[in-house]
Amino acid sequence: MFNKIMAPVDLAHKDRLEKALKCTGDLAKYYNAEVVYVGVTTTTPSSTAHTPEEYGKKLDAFAKEQGEAYGISASGDSLVSHDPSSDVDDILLKAVSETGSDLVIMASHVPNVMDYVWPSNGGKIAEHAKCSVMVVRT
Amino acid sequence: MADETTNQGIPEPEGTSDIIQTDYQIGQDNIETKIGPFGLDIHNPVFLISGLSIVAFVFYALALPEQASGLFDWLFSAVTKGFDWFFLGAANIFVLFCLLLIVTPYGSVRLGGTDATPDYSYIGWFAMLFAAGMGIGLLFFGVSEPMSHFSSSLGGTSMEEGARTDWAPLGAAGGDQAAAQRLGMAATIFHWGLHPWAIYAVVALALALFSYNKGLPLTLRSAFYPIFGDRVWGWTGHIIDTLAVFATLFGLATSLGFGAEQTASGLTYLFGSGDAAEGTRSFLGIAYGNSEESGVENNPLLLVILISAITAVALVSVIRGLDGGVKVLSEINMGLAALLLLFVFFVGGPIFLITLFFDSIWAYLTNIFALSNPVGREDVNFSQGWTSFYWAWWISWSPFVGMFIARVSRGRTVREFVTCVLIIPTIVCVLWMTVFGGTALNQVVSDGYTGAQDAALELKLFYMLDQLPLATITSVIGIVLVIVFFVTSSDSGSLVIDTITAGGKVDAPVAQRVFWCIFEGAVAIVLLIGGGLASLQSAVISTGLPFTLVLLVMCYAIWRGLASEKRA
Repeated sequence: MFNKIMAPVDLAHKDRLEKALKCTGDLAKYYNAEVVYVGVTTTTPSSTAHTPEEYGKKLDAFAKEQGEAYGISASGDSLVSHDPSSDVDDILLKAVSETGSDLVIMASHVPNVMDYVWPSNGGKIAEHAKCSVMVVRT
Repeated sequence: MADETTNQGIPEPEGTSDIIQTDYQIGQDNIETKIGPFGLDIHNPVFLISGLSIVAFVFYALALPEQASGLFDWLFSAVTKGFDWFFLGAANIFVLFCLLLIVTPYGSVRLGGTDATPDYSYIGWFAMLFAAGMGIGLLFFGVSEPMSHFSSSLGGTSMEEGARTDWAPLGAAGGDQAAAQRLGMAATIFHWGLHPWAIYAVVALALALFSYNKGLPLTLRSAFYPIFGDRVWGWTGHIIDTLAVFATLFGLATSLGFGAEQTASGLTYLFGSGDAAEGTRSFLGIAYGNSEESGVENNPLLLVILISAITAVALVSVIRGLDGGVKVLSEINMGLAALLLLFVFFVGGPIFLITLFFDSIWAYLTNIFALSNPVGREDVNFSQGWTSFYWAWWISWSPFVGMFIARVSRGRTVREFVTCVLIIPTIVCVLWMTVFGGTALNQVVSDGYTGAQDAALELKLFYMLDQLPLATITSVIGIVLVIVFFVTSSDSGSLVIDTITAGGKVDAPVAQRVFWCIFEGAVAIVLLIGGGLASLQSAVISTGLPFTLVLLVMCYAIWRGLASEKRA
């Protein structure tokens, strides 16, 4: 049913991803789908990595780890943004079509009053992506 | 799977840059919390100390206005007059240091590592250089400053008790119009040319180098790593960062306040109705622009509306982010400014202006040594009241502008960076001052029109444009430029403050930059209505003194840092 799953991940907050990652791994295994873990990084040093190259390596290692844990075929795709706080949704939407994914699985917080004026990343992706989107509450 | 590829044992990048190995992890001192529905990720304690000390200063300026203005004015005068030699000497060092970087092999080091590619095209990059740091000043002083120096030079020197009482630069040019014009242009370009841009370049280069090549957080304290080592993550660094936030926020708030006054005057001049002398002058029914003699008070409501509007646009811009907001506005503004420049150039007399352009550059180059001489100056009013004041002002702005320039300069080589931040902006400034100042001077010298000369500072541009064709259209472009330059200062400033107070993280929640943007507008409104804008501006310029030391240290740090980098 699904051939390629895109899983946006925030390496700085891996603890919040547990449910979504498990869901991704299990579904990929079930449908025998390939998973691409997508991470967005900055050009400036961040808490995760000093440089975009280092971030890319960390993401690849993370994908490899997930792939081995669930027995699935997985890869990492790191994308660089000048200002992730405002650009992350657009970058992820672009990645959906560029990676040719047919399902997006991502973690999102439980909505609060602010989501009416300022939709969450998960909400925005679900609204605009051309493929199916599964939002996993943390 | 090999054991070393767990999350902790991630391989380091392959030697394209010389990462500083430190145990400090970016964001380790940050507090991640939620206030109501807003997520926060702020540096402890820089965010809190900066915010609280700013509130405390505002209260002090409002509660004890006379004491505050007395204290800050004294400080300002002591700093710019007592340390004029220090400012002038240090600024010369910055220029020489930058020129040295262009010619030494260090120039081929690339910011971001040997394989990095530029984040922004030249157009976007230049637009943002001007939008943050200087655009607004060019609009206000482009007409007025050449004129001031021309008049004072023409007036010649005057002595009282062995000291010069005139404000003319160097030996003045009493009675000689052509010489006064040359000296006036040279002095103006001196204040807007190599020296201010060298100040910005030093800060920007230090931050870019230590962030992109050394892997330290994008915040001011990182440039001090070669000197203080891991102590920069403690109170030494907290103080440096807090001082930077303080200078940036008050610098922005005071310019926003004064800018609103100037914009209001411009709007009332262009579109208002009634008579200033009778006290019936108003814009949109709000009394404004009335002369003091009329006894009618101007209504601050117009200023509050303007600051709120500028802040609202800046808010949209910061929410849309660096590429979708700040860059777009900067490019629009650069296009408009270029349009206005070309228009004034063609109707103001292209041949006269081209000649003046080369004359002015020549006058600048032949006078630069005398003008930048830090000791034994006879023209004390000029060297202390103008030059020293300007240098302190540029330096107090340098944490903000430097950090913003660093943010958009990844991927350039040091040589390219210094050339583009030092030489090209200087040429643009010469061009701007020649076209606007030269046209206004020509109106006085050739046409005998003294409208621009006699007008208030904020209206000089409009009186000058008034003598040219299509004055209504160009004046509207002028007002729009003023407003958008304020917006681009405000939004880039909010991004910078947000990054510093998030411990160098550029991906902190958007709510934080929204907070700083609104806070800045609120401080401007409170100070404008309660008084205290001028005294806090004095306080901001006084921060130029400690920052001059900071900048000198940065030169040393840059040199040390470049030495260990691989050259492309």
